[in-house]
Amino acid sequence: MKKNLKYNLTWLAIMVVGYVVINLLEFVGVIDQFGENTMVLIGINIILATGLNLIIGFSGQFSLGHAGFMAIGAYVCALITSSISTPMGMAIGMIAGAAVSALVALIVGIPTLRLDGDYLAIATMGVAEIIRIILNNLKITNGPAGLYNIPLLATWPVVYLMVCVTTLIIVNFIHSRDGRAVMSVRENEIASESMGVNTTKWKVLAFVIGAATAAIGGALHANYIQTIAPTDFGIMESINILIIVVLGGIGSITGTFVAAAVLGLLDMILQNFGTLRMVLYSLALILLMVFKPSGLLGTWEFSVRNLFNRFTKSKQKGDA
Amino acid sequence: MTLLDIKELTKNFGGLTAVSDVTMHLNDNELVALIGPNGAGKTTLFNLLTGVIVPSEGTISMQTDNGLQVLNKMKPYKVAQTGLARTFQNIRLFKDLSVLDNVLIAMTANNKEGFFESIFRLPSFYHKEAALRKEAVDLLKIFDMQDQVDNLAKNLPYGAQRRLEIVRALATKPRILFLDEPAAGMNPEETADLTRLIRQIQKEFRITVLLIEHDMSLVMNLAQRIYVLEYGQLIAEGTPAEIQKDEKVIKAYLGGES
Ligand SMILES: Nc1ncnc2c1ncn2[C@@H]1O[C@H](COP(=O)(O)OP(=O)(O)OP(=O)(O)O)[C@@H](O)[C@H]1O
Ligand SMILES: [Mg+2]
Repeated sequence: MKKNLKYNLTWLAIMVVGYVVINLLEFVGVIDQFGENTMVLIGINIILATGLNLIIGFSGQFSLGHAGFMAIGAYVCALITSSISTPMGMAIGMIAGAAVSALVALIVGIPTLRLDGDYLAIATMGVAEIIRIILNNLKITNGPAGLYNIPLLATWPVVYLMVCVTTLIIVNFIHSRDGRAVMSVRENEIASESMGVNTTKWKVLAFVIGAATAAIGGALHANYIQTIAPTDFGIMESINILIIVVLGGIGSITGTFVAAAVLGLLDMILQNFGTLRMVLYSLALILLMVFKPSGLLGTWEFSVRNLFNRFTKSKQKGDA
Repeated sequence: MTLLDIKELTKNFGGLTAVSDVTMHLNDNELVALIGPNGAGKTTLFNLLTGVIVPSEGTISMQTDNGLQVLNKMKPYKVAQTGLARTFQNIRLFKDLSVLDNVLIAMTANNKEGFFESIFRLPSFYHKEAALRKEAVDLLKIFDMQDQVDNLAKNLPYGAQRRLEIVRALATKPRILFLDEPAAGMNPEETADLTRLIRQIQKEFRITVLLIEHDMSLVMNLAQRIYVLEYGQLIAEGTPAEIQKDEKVIKAYLGGES
């Protein structure tokens, strides 16, 4: 019991220290406006990709519709914050966006998650496309032109906080009864069912949580970029999120963090290369996939517990 | 007392009748063997009983605390929750998960951990996890696997993988345990060990065991009753002594002549 408290406090300390260090770096000028922009975008990508990793890497369901759920969060939050332009409005917007997205995921998840592999990928892609077309045709969403003048409420500390919150939810979910049940579906669905696990229920739950966090990512995106249009949430956006998951390692949350950061920084550096940028970016992806097909980190996870264990082990060795 | 009652069970795969008009029963706290040549339909019968495939005809009913329940057309996870657990002939462990997780997953249905409890890591979450872990390790101890809790299932030696399948099935707290060739690929020493363990768990947990096995020494040693399947049909039923003398059985095993 005491040990658990120690691990949890260590994680809390890591989060607080991270926040303080970044603020310090901003204060002394190491991180400028441009750098902060990169950090916010990396943060949003982390939120989007950890949710997708839960669906793909942990429940083993191949979804290509993440941008659709991101769009729901973005539009719901943008509409709410346009009338309530306060941090409170932002909080309400994110919660409402996540709730609507979760509901849609529940409704589409129950029939589509019966499908396997490629079929599921196509079905989820179709769902995202339907969401985009609806946004394109509704009056309240302002059709193809989209929404603009969305208040800038997704400031850097808000994004940082939400990265911590969504990651904690997903990681705690994974390391519990629910997460184990979800992983058993990926490992062997027949065995899982035969052990009394209602596989449909757990698949849908993972999908719903992934969709809810995608909506939070979308909400932050809307209130940072300040303009959104249906074209922002096409298949390319789903694929961009997928790239982060695959690159980091399918089934590694730590890998998702690293991949989002690496790609974000790469993108920032390549800004200076003009049109060559996309070529170099794609080339970097190809090289990484050729030399590290299981992703940067495979399924490896950073764990405070293991760190402590290693530390105490080496200390014991030293004592002996 | 009859625990599981199987009546006129039939399964057709296209033109092939893999299980044909099988009527049998399992009593409470009984150790029964199901034998028969390769392709006789033994595994198919297990798949029917555990809901993995739906029977073409017939009924399967089980005596539960809530009275008699009909199991055909129930989803496999419901069947499992009714108290039927199994192992697989072609091992189906959760390969990339730890030995402990394999066992914990089988406890999902009996695990009352709540969603918010685990998301917010409330003290009750840690209490429940600790209790669960202890239960799992205690089960693993019976099979002498307590030192392997953190190993990945796929890294276990073959015999240990077969034993883990049994532990995992037991973790669902079954009334009936179906073992599909648990000794396949084991050496004589391991087989003798397994024979002892099967008898031990059957007594200790007061469960009914139905066992498919080609190793006759194990079957004759363990089983109180034996059913013999050939080409999907039951050709004999009886005690080990009766089965050893049965003309039809000898014919089925020696092949046609004599
Ligand atoms: N899903 C299926 N589709 C079509 N045919 C099947 C299927 N499953 C089993 N069969 C056939 O049904 C027959 C019985 O197979 P089953 O696996 O039940 O035999 P078994 O008694 O378990 O044999 P073994 O001792 O080799 O394990 C075989 O002819 C097999 O090819
Ligand atoms: Mg078989």
